[in-house]
Amino acid sequence: MCAMRPEPVHEPGPSGQGHGVQGHGVQGHGGPGDSGVQARPAAPRPGGEGWKAVLTPEEIRRALTRIAHEILERTHGGEGVVLLGIPTRGVYLARRLAARIGEFEGTAVPVGSLDVTMHRDDLRLRPARALQRTQVPPDGVDGKTVVLVDDVLFSGRTIRAALDALNDLGRPRSVQLAVLVDRGHRELPIRADYVGKNLPTAHREKVRVQLAEIDGEDSVLLGEVDQ
Amino acid sequence: MNRHLISAGDLSRDDAILILDTAEELASVEGRAIRKLPTLRGLTVVNLFYEDSTRTRTSFEAAAKRLSADVINFSAKGSSVAKGESLKDTALTLEAMGADAVVIRHQASGAPRRLTDWVSGRVVNAGDGTHEHPTQALLDAFTIRQRLGRAEGTGLYGTGADRRGQGLDGLRVTIVGDVLHSRVARSNVLLLSTLGAQVTVVAPPTLMPLAVETWPCRASYDLDAELGKSDVMMMLRVQQERMTAAYFPTIREYRRRYGLDTGRMALLPEHAIVMHPGPMNRGVEIAAEVADSDRSTIVAQVANGVTVRMAVLYLMLGGATEGAA
Repeated sequence: MCAMRPEPVHEPGPSGQGHGVQGHGVQGHGGPGDSGVQARPAAPRPGGEGWKAVLTPEEIRRALTRIAHEILERTHGGEGVVLLGIPTRGVYLARRLAARIGEFEGTAVPVGSLDVTMHRDDLRLRPARALQRTQVPPDGVDGKTVVLVDDVLFSGRTIRAALDALNDLGRPRSVQLAVLVDRGHRELPIRADYVGKNLPTAHREKVRVQLAEIDGEDSVLLGEVDQ
Repeated sequence: MNRHLISAGDLSRDDAILILDTAEELASVEGRAIRKLPTLRGLTVVNLFYEDSTRTRTSFEAAAKRLSADVINFSAKGSSVAKGESLKDTALTLEAMGADAVVIRHQASGAPRRLTDWVSGRVVNAGDGTHEHPTQALLDAFTIRQRLGRAEGTGLYGTGADRRGQGLDGLRVTIVGDVLHSRVARSNVLLLSTLGAQVTVVAPPTLMPLAVETWPCRASYDLDAELGKSDVMMMLRVQQERMTAAYFPTIREYRRRYGLDTGRMALLPEHAIVMHPGPMNRGVEIAAEVADSDRSTIVAQVANGVTVRMAVLYLMLGGATEGAA
């Protein structure tokens, strides 16, 4: 797994992170090395007070298009690729990526979903949650290149759970990770192979991804503290 | 979810649908390379069975093991119970061993409720006397939804449709037989009506409970009148072991008036299914040809038992152990 891509909007890794970054660095955009996209008042999205849009629908569209191209490059035309979205929003992102890959190459990439609830390490901290759907494409994952797709990469714990869940489904040849937003603050040695946008954040800030399929519109919002 | 599962009547519609939806998802674990989830690792589930049971005990055991819980089977036979130990002392022993959940079957109605006073873990009623058997009702509801649930908005029956979030609204369920002694009937009437089904119980007058008019269902003595208007026929076992008096003259007469044979099956609507909680008395409440027909869900019910019990154990034990339960 290697994340080195000479893409314009890409950073090798999240900048200035580490646990417990408190009190400063609250700005949700224009992080060092970033191409300084958003900043423009992207029509203060509904979603309540204290939320500010950091990615517009067009930027999300471009980021997904780029990731789709990157997946094709890295996997030699998408051969043996299976996209598995992590519910809820990762599933929609995986479908969009598959649709783009289909447009570019004319190949149908199998898409599925992978619920990680039963493998989480924080189950005992909250009341039992409802399970989401796991749907593995009919050909399974054995010997395939599985690309996990999620909306936000944060502590990395969801991805650890996903790797465990995947382990019980079969033995992929390799596993890669695509995320729309990497907000830093990793707690585990996990890194994404495809990143839509690196978003430096303070630990206490919240990142919310909204997608047209369920939220009515596309946006990525950054919110202050207890929302 | 409630802290304990004692009565199907304790479940709200939302709770019940959450259990069915969770089971729907867990059913897919069956088809995987590794049929095990790590969710309840390190937790102990005790199966405390004072009555004989094959399918319920093994079903709970399989469910707990698929979720990686440690299972201790404790049956009255060959234990200190045979030496006269009381339920309370047994409970205190289990408590000392650190049981996170106790699955109890007992011949006395109300024993599971009593047990909740003595153990700190969760209590799941796996059948108490002639009172209730809530997980059987849940697996029956799951089976009905699987076979007859309506796809959202269409009102059509169909398999394969996404029935998550749906109840059993409008389905007509007829429960036939020894309603008086049946904990399965009691739990099913409560749960299925919570889920929106129209339930009718049919029994000979001697096997109809006295207070049946207080139940959320219709009651009838005439099976033939109900055949044409039933989506589900649930046949109950004639429980000879609980019958202390002569409730009907002969088995043959019971079969003639209340047994489901091929002639009666032919009068059911085309899509109707036939259920039985098992163990069956073939040739008494249900004819062998009916039990083996493709309308019968009896084998599916057993398979669904494991996934529904996994859902119950997960929802009761999988989350935070204190606080909002």
